[in-house]
Amino acid sequence: MSDELSPERRKLMTLVSIGAGCAGAAMIGVPVAGFLLAPLFEKAARTWRGVGPVSQFEQGKTVEVRFDDASSVVWAGVTGRTGAWLRHKPDGSFVAFAINCTHLGCPVRWLPDAELFMCPCHGGVYYKDGTVAAGPPPRPLVQYPVRVREGQVEILTSPTPIT
Amino acid sequence: MRFLKTAWQWFDARTDASKVIGPIMKHPVPPRTGWMYVFGSATLFAFLLQVFTGIALATAYVSSAGQAYDSLKWITDKAFLGHLLRGMHYFGASAMVLLVGIHMIRTFLTGSYKFPRELNWVVGVILLGLTILMGFTGQLLRWDQNGVWSTIVAAEQAGRVPLIGPWLARLIMGGQTVGGATLSRFFAYHVFFIPALIFAMVGLHLGLVLRHGISEKPRASQPVDPKTYRAWYENMLHREGVPFWPDAAWRDAVFGAFVVLCIMLLAWFIGPPKLTTAPDPTIIEAYPHPDWYLLWYFAVLALLPHGAEDWVIVGAPLVAGVCLLILPLVFNKGQRAPSRRPWAVASVIIIVSAVGVLWAEGNRTPWSPDFTNKPLPPAVVQASAPDLSTGARDFHLKGCENCHAIDGYGGHRGPDLSTVGDRLTEQQITLRILNGGYNMPAFASSLTPQDLRALVQFLESRRLAPRGGGR
Repeated sequence: MSDELSPERRKLMTLVSIGAGCAGAAMIGVPVAGFLLAPLFEKAARTWRGVGPVSQFEQGKTVEVRFDDASSVVWAGVTGRTGAWLRHKPDGSFVAFAINCTHLGCPVRWLPDAELFMCPCHGGVYYKDGTVAAGPPPRPLVQYPVRVREGQVEILTSPTPIT
Repeated sequence: MRFLKTAWQWFDARTDASKVIGPIMKHPVPPRTGWMYVFGSATLFAFLLQVFTGIALATAYVSSAGQAYDSLKWITDKAFLGHLLRGMHYFGASAMVLLVGIHMIRTFLTGSYKFPRELNWVVGVILLGLTILMGFTGQLLRWDQNGVWSTIVAAEQAGRVPLIGPWLARLIMGGQTVGGATLSRFFAYHVFFIPALIFAMVGLHLGLVLRHGISEKPRASQPVDPKTYRAWYENMLHREGVPFWPDAAWRDAVFGAFVVLCIMLLAWFIGPPKLTTAPDPTIIEAYPHPDWYLLWYFAVLALLPHGAEDWVIVGAPLVAGVCLLILPLVFNKGQRAPSRRPWAVASVIIIVSAVGVLWAEGNRTPWSPDFTNKPLPPAVVQASAPDLSTGARDFHLKGCENCHAIDGYGGHRGPDLSTVGDRLTEQQITLRILNGGYNMPAFASSLTPQDLRALVQFLESRRLAPRGGGR
């Protein structure tokens, strides 16, 4: 007589509609969430970048070198670059320090006469070997791997150091 | 005219617009609420100003890491009214932060968060958080060097969160480093995601205001009793309520227009914040700092005892947020009048003055080394012996001047050394230079004995009273 659903059927249909809604939301939500979380799953792309011939770097001097990030996309423009403090040590080897302060990541500056790295943000200071001299940094400056290949100094691109 | 009237009637008959909006506009509100109740609506007006100026800016802004900077320069320098619009968007953001703060303090002081308006406070706290997020993401979209470094600083802070810190940091940068993915993400957060949440929360906030009515002026003789409050409030509205519009709303309109006018004037006469250099992370002559409303937190990060950092960076915002969220759940009844709630008044005074003092320090940044310092001028050095000028030169070259000032030249990270000769003996100065201290590097390995001697002699000559033809 009436088209009304029986209580059991009504309960079932309630569940069906909630289920259908959830399924629809999941079909939209999963790819969206996956797309947004993608940076978590990508492997750190690392590659050696040349920063200049050995002869360019005077022994004992610490200079800033610039190189492109490993996975730089075209539209990154200048943001796809990274700087590092490179030192040609008196013994002939090289050492490269990340420019990021280990406190909150600000760019540290090298003071050649004082032989110190100083951070402009909250006053962190490091000795020339990168160990903390003063201020809030919790650990020494991060070092990038460096090598010399066919007379070229090369630095291994690395993720921005997060301390 | 007649046509417009007919058209409106046709429209109204089909939408019932007047039946829906009319009662909202005319709903009874408590009488004599006065000018203290205008800050919430003013925040909403500032938000709407942000929406409209933001949409206009988005028509020209290019959300590409490599091009955003140039498009912003174009908007600022070339586009018709672009300079004004950027200024309005900036001062609109400032107004929103300020008004949210005042609105919140007013609500707190008058105990308006108590029964039955607890949830409205909670939604308000969420809106406060979203407003700060908008401010921060917006500052990053000003994609100059400061924007890039602020992103990195934000990622580093997120990185301090236990367990998931590194993941959060990576999500903020949109990858392993700042690059192509970073800015477009922040753009999407700033113009789609967070505004959508704000619209939803504002809707809920206003819905709750209509549901429970605005709080009446607090009276010491009428503490809130959840059992009787509702009936009493309804009764009071019935007895002495006045229509919201225009009796109360005219003040909202006047103050809202005043706020817009202020934003307009500031934008016109002061203009938008200047863009610094291009967003190139390899330019190390950078001085990253947040916009004014977060400067106080910038000061907190610099002044913390070094060991406490991890706790504070992660814990303080968490504790503050939880305290604000549970406040109305814990204290939901009793006195509303500020005159009977000395602790409420005291906590507002303490928080406002603490933020104020930190803000002033954040503006002065005495902890930042001064990289712009020049060699001390001869008038300051007043060399009577050649060694003094050598020492003065070393004072500059060895970086002492970055953190210590002499007669107004130099940084303020460490103590002023204008009269250090009166305070410390030669031996004490020597020890201090060689060994360093809590916030001072040790210079034992980077000074020759001659340098050290000259430096100590120079510092020892820094005295208030002239000595032997010197100062």
